[in-house]
Amino acid sequence: MFAWIQHFADWLVYDLLSLEHGTHLAAALDFFVYDSIKILLLLFVVVFLMGVVNSYFPVERVRLLLTQRRLYGLEYLMASLFGVVTPFCSCSSVPLFIGFVRGGIPLGVTLAFLVTSPLVNEVAIGLFIGLFGLRITAVYVLSGVLLGTVSGMILQRLRLERFLTPWVQQLLAAGKGGGDGAEEAAPLSFPARLPQIWHDALDILKGVVPYVVAGIAVGGLMHGYVPEGFFERYLSADNLLAVPMAVLLAVPMYANASGILPVVQVLVAKGVPLGTAIAFMMGVVGLSLPEAMLLKKVMSLRLIGIFFGVVTLCIIISGYLFNMLLS
Amino acid sequence: MKTIKILGTGCARCKATIAVVEEVIAENGIDARVEKVEDIQDIMAYNVLSIPAIVVDEEVKMKGKVPSKDEVKALLQ
Repeated sequence: MFAWIQHFADWLVYDLLSLEHGTHLAAALDFFVYDSIKILLLLFVVVFLMGVVNSYFPVERVRLLLTQRRLYGLEYLMASLFGVVTPFCSCSSVPLFIGFVRGGIPLGVTLAFLVTSPLVNEVAIGLFIGLFGLRITAVYVLSGVLLGTVSGMILQRLRLERFLTPWVQQLLAAGKGGGDGAEEAAPLSFPARLPQIWHDALDILKGVVPYVVAGIAVGGLMHGYVPEGFFERYLSADNLLAVPMAVLLAVPMYANASGILPVVQVLVAKGVPLGTAIAFMMGVVGLSLPEAMLLKKVMSLRLIGIFFGVVTLCIIISGYLFNMLLS
Repeated sequence: MKTIKILGTGCARCKATIAVVEEVIAENGIDARVEKVEDIQDIMAYNVLSIPAIVVDEEVKMKGKVPSKDEVKALLQ
């Protein structure tokens, strides 16, 4: 299916630029061209398809579904799944958090949504398919959704509402905030939705292309220059501390999925166990200091600490599980 | 005169939205005042779930995306 891209990359590198076979530079460039084209194509397809789903489930509708239906314990899973189809924008996490909680959605359910949303979304899935293939993507999506679900359930048990900042507690006490006017717009036919979906998909793509290309470039450099098995000495599967170390290193850092994933793929190619690498990536993408700063407006430091602690623990556990299942 | 409020906490997409709106106003000579609303408590008074959002004369007209010039023009008609 992607053979033509490889042909094109080979032609560009060896014929057009007439670089010599077997040199580091040529190998790195070949890898870069091939990966960039393949991944951007896949990314566009996935972003577009997810855009179609999202068009039918905008956040306002998700909130309505989560508040009005009785879901008998499935609400954590539902919130986590909605986190997948909603395009993630870190700047919206606070308004979304308040909107959900004020709408009467339990704190744990809201947090399930917030955990999954940055981890598993259209960009991450598109990149995962391009870099790791369908099987590993399926495992990743499944574990991301479960991670959000389980973290949400644990956090709900801890009864953390009292650790929200005072003004948010006042909002809660003041009762449910009603709809915001345009809850349910008139249903549109699919052809009528298409221009907007297309426009949004291009917008999302435009936003991530620089990061993806930069990530692939860094990956390409490492691919060409870092010797095989380089990381294995430090991060091998036998080293039980590798997963927690990788995650603890990752949590304060922030990069979006588009930048970090191509690098993660090279780490894996050079001998880092997949589970360790993915746990690292989840730590980078899902939790970060900038996010903690955003959340400070709605949560006390103590709540942020508990939230990050529980999610970190879940990421570490899923890292071990990945290593066991995928090796 | 219309009062246009841009709700956003200062993120890149919020800034992009302000730029688009100001451009449209300048290009079309629309009589409007643009205000940034950056405080999260003030933003939540409009009950939006995603930002950036555009409020025209206290009515939420658009949210969660950076609009194109044409979309902004349509909002201000």
